[in-house]
Amino acid sequence: MSWIAWKMLTGDRSKYLGIIFGVAFASLLMAHQVSIFCGIMRRTTSQIADIHEANLWVMDPKVQYVEEAAPLHDTDLHRVRGVQGVDWAVRLYKGLVRARMPDGNFRQVVLLGLDDATLVGAPVTLVKGSLADLRRPDAVVLDEAGFQYMWPGEPFTLGKTIEMNDRRAVVVGICKAGAPFQSMPIMYTRYNQAVLFAPRERKLLTFVLARSEPGVPPAEVCTRIEEQTGLKALTKDGFTWETIKYYIRFTGIPFNFGITVTLGFIVGVAIAGQTFYLFTIENLRQFGALKAMGVSNLRIVGMVLLQAALVGIIGYAIGMGLAAAFFEVTKGSVALAGFYLPWQVMVMTAVAVMLIILLASLVSIRRVLVLEPAVVFRG
Amino acid sequence: MASVATEWAVECRGVTKDFGQGEAKVQALRGVDLEVPDGEMTLLVGPSGCGKTTLISIIAGLLDPTAGEVSVLGAEYRRMSGRAKVAFRAANIGFVFQQYNLLPALSAAENAAVPLLIAGVPRREAVRRAAALLDELGLVGRGGSLPSQLSGGQQQRVAIARALVHEPRLLVCDEPTAALDAHSGRNIMELLRRIAVQPGRAVIVVTHDSRVFDFGDRIVHLSDGRVEDVEVTNHGETDA
Ligand SMILES: Nc1ncnc2c1ncn2[C@@H]1O[C@H](COP(=O)(O)OP(=O)(O)OP(=O)(O)O)[C@@H](O)[C@H]1O
Ligand SMILES: [Mg+2]
Repeated sequence: MSWIAWKMLTGDRSKYLGIIFGVAFASLLMAHQVSIFCGIMRRTTSQIADIHEANLWVMDPKVQYVEEAAPLHDTDLHRVRGVQGVDWAVRLYKGLVRARMPDGNFRQVVLLGLDDATLVGAPVTLVKGSLADLRRPDAVVLDEAGFQYMWPGEPFTLGKTIEMNDRRAVVVGICKAGAPFQSMPIMYTRYNQAVLFAPRERKLLTFVLARSEPGVPPAEVCTRIEEQTGLKALTKDGFTWETIKYYIRFTGIPFNFGITVTLGFIVGVAIAGQTFYLFTIENLRQFGALKAMGVSNLRIVGMVLLQAALVGIIGYAIGMGLAAAFFEVTKGSVALAGFYLPWQVMVMTAVAVMLIILLASLVSIRRVLVLEPAVVFRG
Repeated sequence: MASVATEWAVECRGVTKDFGQGEAKVQALRGVDLEVPDGEMTLLVGPSGCGKTTLISIIAGLLDPTAGEVSVLGAEYRRMSGRAKVAFRAANIGFVFQQYNLLPALSAAENAAVPLLIAGVPRREAVRRAAALLDELGLVGRGGSLPSQLSGGQQQRVAIARALVHEPRLLVCDEPTAALDAHSGRNIMELLRRIAVQPGRAVIVVTHDSRVFDFGDRIVHLSDGRVEDVEVTNHGETDA
């Protein structure tokens, strides 16, 4: 019977291809859009992700997400260090700084000031130069995409200079860094250097990065820090999700993607579902004949479900292949670097496709179930 | 009443069938008493709307009568569950439809093999047996053709092969010649006589095509939902 179901399905080539196209298109659209959405959300937290050594982030209680700067007092660092369960804690400056190019143009850059002694938060991979050179006066390390953005078309060269806050900065290294939300250059320097590059403000300590002692749950240390200092303390994961939630709540990004994904789903149901229903209707007589010849309702339903599952699986596979190919082709571009098809999105799309197929076959199954086998004797 | 075991392949007692209710109620059958012997071809004839299709649907277990008893091959549908009826049809009844109802995506041999596939016979074996039967029905070398590549008469022969391939004890045919020209119609009837009618198998053919009446061993005349007359032609004897 499975074989007959398969032959029936593929025998009607135009409908068969139509249904597969519908499913493939819907799954491509959904997977592609959700992946890009995830990629954008990941970019909003790339600076949290890039700091590996610390597992706790301490900040002003008013801070809602990583781009928000409400600086702390210098003394807050020592208060955090004094909390039990904190292994170590260091400073981090993070801010947007205007960089003046040699040709007089300006560029906004994300400036990260790392603890002078430990360089916690420093980039892991340098494609040119060395991290040790960050200790030289006025030294900065720039990320690859940032270099290309500031000096388009030029090969990576060290020794380039820019001015920030009327101070000269020298590029001593080029590194890899997670692409930020706004595609701005990321510039690493020492904390004490950063305060010179940054615009004059009373307080400059943006975050305290800390690590919990081994064996002590980070969440528990967070609670202790909050109780003892009145500051806000989050685990790395906690801060990541808080940032993502901020973007989800306060920007139109999820809404817009949500619309496209919903459209993909509807188009899937409309094209695939409708064509599948038409296919069933056209084969109603054949199903009736099979019923008359002694095929049970259960097996008929099995046949319809099998047909639905087949087009679902084939369409889904094509859709996923196209989505993966898209990200493979675009992975070199700055605008889409780091975007990929997460397995969670593949699972989600599979569930959506299953839903489409189920919806489509449900109506069809109803039709074949109520079908009187006696219809085969009617002209 | 008729609880005694009989030699009849099909026995109907007081079978009625109503469609719809109230004003719209149609009494398609108004008390049919009928016996169909095996080893013979019984023709069910009568004017349009007299209830031929309804009766044959009930005999084939596709439709439940409103009242009355139907016993087929010694079994009573009334005592069977829905599932048992489906299995009974699969094992014992062959169908030939006016519209052939072949699966367009399957070849002639594959179509003819369907009842064997339903019974769980492996595909190769089923198609092989079906192809052999097609040869016997005069479709030598056409087993691989799709229904769309065959003429109406050829398609009906494939349908007959499909109805006989699992060697059912009851064959029901509703207007098997209605969609065919006179010549093809006679061919089909001849084929049914020659191949289908066998000891141990009852063949019921619904027709209003008087040109093929002479193929029947007995002719049951239906009129307005009742059996009006049964004519025994002794075709079998003269033929033998
Ligand atoms: N499913 C149904 N619902 C309502 N009425 C029906 C149904 N099936 C048959 N009838 C009615 O029952 C009567 C007998 O119909 P049936 O199809 O058995 O006649 P028939 O002898 O096969 O006619 P024909 O020679 O035209 O095929 C007709 O009046 C028909 O309109
Ligand atoms: Mg009829």
